[in-house]
Amino acid sequence: MDKVRVIEVKQSVFADNDAEAERIRRQLKEKKTFLINLMSSPGAGKTTTLKRTIADLKDEIRIGVMEADIDATVDAEAIAAAGAKAIQIHTGGMCHLDAGMTEQGLQEIGAEDFDLVVLENVGNLVCPAEFDTGASRNVAILSVPEGHDKPLKYPLMFQVCQALVINKIDVLPYFDFDMDKVVSYAKMRNPAIEIFPVSAKTGEGFDAWENWLRTETAAWNS
Amino acid sequence: MHELGVVFHVIDSLKKVAAENGVEQISKVTLQLGEVSTVIPSYLADCWKWASAREPLVNGAELLIEPIKAISWCEDCQKQYGTIEHGRECPYCGGGNTYLLQGNEFMIKEIEVPGPEEESHG
Repeated sequence: MDKVRVIEVKQSVFADNDAEAERIRRQLKEKKTFLINLMSSPGAGKTTTLKRTIADLKDEIRIGVMEADIDATVDAEAIAAAGAKAIQIHTGGMCHLDAGMTEQGLQEIGAEDFDLVVLENVGNLVCPAEFDTGASRNVAILSVPEGHDKPLKYPLMFQVCQALVINKIDVLPYFDFDMDKVVSYAKMRNPAIEIFPVSAKTGEGFDAWENWLRTETAAWNS
Repeated sequence: MHELGVVFHVIDSLKKVAAENGVEQISKVTLQLGEVSTVIPSYLADCWKWASAREPLVNGAELLIEPIKAISWCEDCQKQYGTIEHGRECPYCGGGNTYLLQGNEFMIKEIEVPGPEEESHG
């Protein structure tokens, strides 16, 4: 007689995470808290974009920020100075956030006290796209110096995002960055993606981005 | 790059499966891994070695990784082709109206546990 027993599992490794993410989304909907999962490469301008967005919207929307960068004390201080509550999520050196870590962060910040919570994911275009955090919407920031070919190289990131912010358009004259190409590449991955070219430094393009954020927050929380 | 995190997810899932089946020790785990799942088999095996040694349920368990070939489909040609060889561009028409049929899976297929077969139900 064979001394082993085989148990068929047939389960996706991400199934548990996906189920937990769905539960988080349902709870956020009940609490009327809109959660954005903000993803980008390191240095694309997540923090600078957030600081300007917070400064512009803080009088009409209660905003909280959860920082997941590996050592983000500096970022958290900058966010607090712009006028939003910021906490640090500890990823234990991991290259991405999963639903469990996000939920701990939401409890720590007290999600119900905010209309909008921004989850600043680990700077990385690969791993964060693989894990559903439970966010209402995924947003990617791509900056001009990174090049217009990124949607071809990191397709999943652009597939899972509902909005794409293209930052640092103030330096467009100095780079071979083709805006038409990046738009067509991103739409190839996700035809419904909303694209906002901005400069977090000068504020150019922020009206459209902030209008989207305002409308989406209001729609989720209604 | 996120193989260690993925291994933790696998071990968490195995703990649930073990609890549901009254299993205390797992001797072998079979995973199915798509060629374009972004998880690299050799890194995964290394991380498994490290993490499984720290979890009594899977301590010493053998890891078997079954690859799943990545295959894409061209909507315009109505033909399939190998994704690794040709990427998103269809080798027949050169177009990009293509999508992945299979190859991004990451599944726990089955586990083996020591001990005799369960009593036959038939």
